[in-house]
Amino acid sequence: MKLGVRDGRLEVWLFIVQRLTAMVLGPLVIVHLATMIYAIQGGLSAVEIMGRTQGSLVWGLVYGLFVTAAAFHGAIGLRQIAREALQWRGMTVNVAALIFCLGILCLGYQAVWALV
Amino acid sequence: MSEPEPQSETQSNRMLTVDIWRGDAEDGAFQTYEVPQMESQTVLDVVTYIQRKLDPSLSYRFSCRVGMCGSCAMTVNGKPRWTCRSHVDSVVENGRIQVAPLRNMPVIKDLATDMSVFFDKWQKSKSQFVPTDGDASEFAVVDPTSKERKAASAGIECIGCGVCYAACDVVEWNPDYLGPAALNRAWTLVNDSRDGDAEGHLRAVATDAGCHACHSHQSCARNCPTSLNPTASIAGLKRKVFAAALKGRL
Repeated sequence: MKLGVRDGRLEVWLFIVQRLTAMVLGPLVIVHLATMIYAIQGGLSAVEIMGRTQGSLVWGLVYGLFVTAAAFHGAIGLRQIAREALQWRGMTVNVAALIFCLGILCLGYQAVWALV
Repeated sequence: MSEPEPQSETQSNRMLTVDIWRGDAEDGAFQTYEVPQMESQTVLDVVTYIQRKLDPSLSYRFSCRVGMCGSCAMTVNGKPRWTCRSHVDSVVENGRIQVAPLRNMPVIKDLATDMSVFFDKWQKSKSQFVPTDGDASEFAVVDPTSKERKAASAGIECIGCGVCYAACDVVEWNPDYLGPAALNRAWTLVNDSRDGDAEGHLRAVATDAGCHACHSHQSCARNCPTSLNPTASIAGLKRKVFAAALKGRL
């Protein structure tokens, strides 16, 4: 399918991706917050965190999915804010949003890789 | 005991202070007038009084005076309203009223705006009825209880006054945005079983400045004088466009 900026199908797909990633992020944020509250009960140390996450495929998948959803969701949202608040339009804002998305993906996956 | 003499409307001693926007598309400022307050007086009555008695150069637009045509919409104390259906008593604040032209449309002069940008967007959203076929020999059977007809009927009473368009912050941020009225019209057609091009209507509003630009602030619904809910119509369009995109029909 040809995605055109002018005919708006790009907007439709970005809307769909943002809603779907929001649906993914909702429960993951709850899991993340609940884990944080549980984890700090006996104090917080890197050793304790690493002890829980290292070698854990489940935590790797959870946070890998979290990073993926957050990168796309945040980049699409920032793109929209830039378009409306700064009147930044055209291909350059799309490229900037893509770079932001790739940056979050790289940093996020690096952090997940270090944890597991 | 004799009947009390009915008080003449013009015998009121109370005076309203009215700030009226005077100017054109380039420049302007509020000008203050003193107008006698009367019983059952509308904001349109106030503007008319100023034009007839105080300053004949004041420009404004009205027609029916009874809330049918929508042409007298202006910004009253910061909110877009039909001035013919706005009683002074319900909008006056400390004896003062501010009347300005509708937002988001270029001012022609004083309180009269150029609404062509608003109506052009009805054209851009391709909100014309498309017959299913050329044969009109039989009446179309429309089930009034169907989900689609109820959705269409909920939005059908728009008279195109532009109040929702003036209330919309997204229009202010993105001047290309089609706006609540045009999108509401598209929603009524998408749900009209007699219309033959639902996907065409969806394609027209699934644009850079179409239904997905709406932030669901609901200013349109809050200010619509006929109590329509364009936000709900736009949300419906988003769902329909979503489904059409997933099916590859966009």
